[in-house]
Amino acid sequence: MQPIFKRGPSLESRLFLVVMLSVIMLISDGLYGVFKPVRTVLTSLVAPVQYIASLPASFLNVSTDRIVSQEQLIDQNEQLILQMMSLQADNQRFKTLLAENSQLRKLLDAPIQTSLSKTVAELMAVDNNPYSLQVLINKGSTSGVYDTQPVIDDQGVVGQIVDVAQTTARVLLVSDLSHAIPVRILRNNLRLIANGTGKLNNLTVRHVPHSADIAEGDILITSGLGNVFPEGYPVAIISEVIRDDGQPFAKVQATPLARLDRLRYLLLLGRDDAPLESLNE
Amino acid sequence: MNKRYVIYVSIFIAFVLEVLPMPIGTDIYRPDWLLLVLVYWNIALPQRVNLGVAFICGILLDVLLGNSLGINSLGLVIVVYITSIHYQRLRNYSVWQQMAVLGLLCALYNVTVFWLHHWLTDVLFQFTYFWPIVTSVFLWPWLFWMLRKIRRQLALK
Repeated sequence: MQPIFKRGPSLESRLFLVVMLSVIMLISDGLYGVFKPVRTVLTSLVAPVQYIASLPASFLNVSTDRIVSQEQLIDQNEQLILQMMSLQADNQRFKTLLAENSQLRKLLDAPIQTSLSKTVAELMAVDNNPYSLQVLINKGSTSGVYDTQPVIDDQGVVGQIVDVAQTTARVLLVSDLSHAIPVRILRNNLRLIANGTGKLNNLTVRHVPHSADIAEGDILITSGLGNVFPEGYPVAIISEVIRDDGQPFAKVQATPLARLDRLRYLLLLGRDDAPLESLNE
Repeated sequence: MNKRYVIYVSIFIAFVLEVLPMPIGTDIYRPDWLLLVLVYWNIALPQRVNLGVAFICGILLDVLLGNSLGINSLGLVIVVYITSIHYQRLRNYSVWQQMAVLGLLCALYNVTVFWLHHWLTDVLFQFTYFWPIVTSVFLWPWLFWMLRKIRRQLALK
């Protein structure tokens, strides 16, 4: 029979030590976010686990990508050509509008909005974490990804980067409980804040007065306040407005426009300080 | 003669299983693989796997799942402390008794983790958070049998 500990402190003092360490970490990291730099190192350390775990899924994806009939490819090609044509047509008008807009802004002495750099990333894993909504992408600090970088898909805002490792990064989705995004209504520029609820397809807009001009079907776009998300990207559509006079505020629910449950390719918007600089002048 | 790396390989596999993508909808039933593997090695070889290993594994699991550091480590450490006080008793229990005790320990772990999340981010209580207790309990006999077979074949000490 071997004793558990031939040397070293007793079980109770070890317990005391690790519990104290855990509690200190909980308070300093959970409440104040002190461990951000350490997390980057640790995330890179556990990246192999993520890669191994994503192998079966990526293997399946590769094989389904390879095994496609010619008919399907032709169909897809036709669709893509049609889509491209219509987008190109829109783009032609977009360019002239852009030029016109910047001229008008110059006349008004308003800062000219420049285009943002974009990086395409692919979804690596959806977190097995019932308590928070996060996904892992396959681009990291080596591709220039940085903390709080905004992430969108082809329909709307997806979320922002919270953890960056060397080759992976973690995206906090807009519908996470701890996420809030400054928005305005496209129709009348009413400024609001959309909070996540922890449910994937639901946002809630808090502190809306009963008299506010807000209705079902209104589109919420980013307002650019807070300097995290650039202005003008669609976020959500209002799905429900309940005005109960017994409550101090109207109850407003919204549905994110990004398809958060079927993400595959994501777009990371780069930092661009140009408009701010011209504001300061 | 150093085959102790097998312990760490099994813990590594448990980490992979914790984050392995599962079909949509079955994710809520994922057993607490890491907890089960740590509890087994703690009962079998308490001088090898104990509070220190549990603490480090908890921190790594927190990083892997994107939690604030310390949530899973606190949960795991509490459970491993209980099993390492009673490891001799737990070894001699029948499978059914072990399953019952393990159910309680899993419940303790999940409640601790939920409570810490609630304290940090105000998550609301849902019963789906506690499905892992059921699946873990039913996984235990198989895991126990398999890990014991590995331990005996390699004569790990």
